[in-house]
Amino acid sequence: MSGFIEWDAIANIIVVGLLFGAGLPALFALGVRALAGPGALRADGQVRLLRRMAAYACFAVIVLSVTGAIFYIASGGH
Amino acid sequence: MDYANVSILLVLVVATALAFDFTNGFHDSGNAMATSIATRALKPKAAVGLSASLNLVGAFLSLTVAATIATGIVDSGVVTLEVVLAGLVGGIMWNLITWYFGIPSSSSHALVGGIVGAVIAAFGTSDVNWEGLFSKVLFPALIAPIVAIAVASIGTWLVVRITRDVKDKTNDRMFRWGQIGSASLVSLAHGTNDAQKSMGIILLALIASGVVPGDSSVPFWVVLSCALAMALGTYIGGWRVIRTLGKGLVELSSRQGMAAETSSAAIILVSSHFGFSLSTTHVATGSIMGSGVGMKGAKVRWSVAGRMFGAWLITVPCAAMVGAVAVLIEKGVGDPAGPYVIFALLVAGSTFIFLRSRRTTVDSKNVNDDWESPADNESVVAHSVAAHNPQLMRIKSKPRKKKGKQNHKNKHKKHKKSEKG
Repeated sequence: MSGFIEWDAIANIIVVGLLFGAGLPALFALGVRALAGPGALRADGQVRLLRRMAAYACFAVIVLSVTGAIFYIASGGH
Repeated sequence: MDYANVSILLVLVVATALAFDFTNGFHDSGNAMATSIATRALKPKAAVGLSASLNLVGAFLSLTVAATIATGIVDSGVVTLEVVLAGLVGGIMWNLITWYFGIPSSSSHALVGGIVGAVIAAFGTSDVNWEGLFSKVLFPALIAPIVAIAVASIGTWLVVRITRDVKDKTNDRMFRWGQIGSASLVSLAHGTNDAQKSMGIILLALIASGVVPGDSSVPFWVVLSCALAMALGTYIGGWRVIRTLGKGLVELSSRQGMAAETSSAAIILVSSHFGFSLSTTHVATGSIMGSGVGMKGAKVRWSVAGRMFGAWLITVPCAAMVGAVAVLIEKGVGDPAGPYVIFALLVAGSTFIFLRSRRTTVDSKNVNDDWESPADNESVVAHSVAAHNPQLMRIKSKPRKKKGKQNHKNKHKKHKKSEKG
């Protein structure tokens, strides 16, 4: 029965699925940690500039991916 | 059959297809929103409202997938209105039965099963594309949860590890936004994929009865009515299924919910890209379980999961059986009246299940109650009284915030105090 099964497609789904499905949450978590992790705040209560920039970079990649996904759905998903 | 009869029959089929679309939205609203409801990122009504509007938008976004779901599995040349009607009856009944038991099962599998059963009963087994059925429907049902559990557990593990030294309150606040975003994406993808299945069925019926030419595209009124039926179904909300997904499988935190929904969205979109369409329901359920596997100390209720897997395996055969019985009834009753009889039976069956469900209502108010039954508290009190040991009462569940349960809880506390005193 193995002839029926498209192993290539499954392997692709697992690899790309992991990249986005696990990678994006991890990136979001990195962003959160940059903003709110230990050592994020300066003495005056502001988030350090470098950390803020890192966080915004993470969130920007996520927003881009989501926008890409919406365009992908709109274009028919194939 | 005369012309008038065909057009009445066509109206019946369209109405039934819209009803199926409604049960589809209704049954699947939990896939996107169960986690957001369970972690209180959104109020239950707001969550289904958001999901409904995104499903509505999603249905208009793209029309390219069209009718492949049903036509790839059976020889589309043989499909008649009677067969389509019987298949839809199979799909709807199985959706309602699994909803009654709070089991998230795939609406597309129910539809495919119903149509396959109807075709077998009407024309025999040779018109079913068995290889397509195995490789496009049954096998993906086995693969989907495994892939989803893997992706979501790795995602959750990473997230929890990265944010372990961030305050819980901050995590909750920030991850709720991620959760709402990822859940919205799942809703959008669902609207695009699933509304098109009903559009495809209606188009098939229109072509079969000669109302539109064979190469016609989907008429606008079909798109509009399918989109509205699905959005309405989503808004009404299958609270029983939402409850199972959000509370029954795993106790979810915002971080887990966000990882689970992102995993669902990614796998659904990626798998359809590689032409290997996985069921939204199977992926979402697997992702939620994965978020429990990847979180240290979280408990996955594998008994609930096992019941669910069982239901997935029998979805196609059971829906097929209902579809086949519907065709046999149509044949038994005879030509003009047959379809009307099974339509009446469908209405009767749906009403029956709905009335049964009223005995144990699950709605937006009690969807988040603790999974273990509240009666447990009483039995614990009874046990501790019987054993003359008030200490036994201490182990039970965390205090509830729900208003309805407040009285009960207070009584419980008073009881405890008086025992102590």
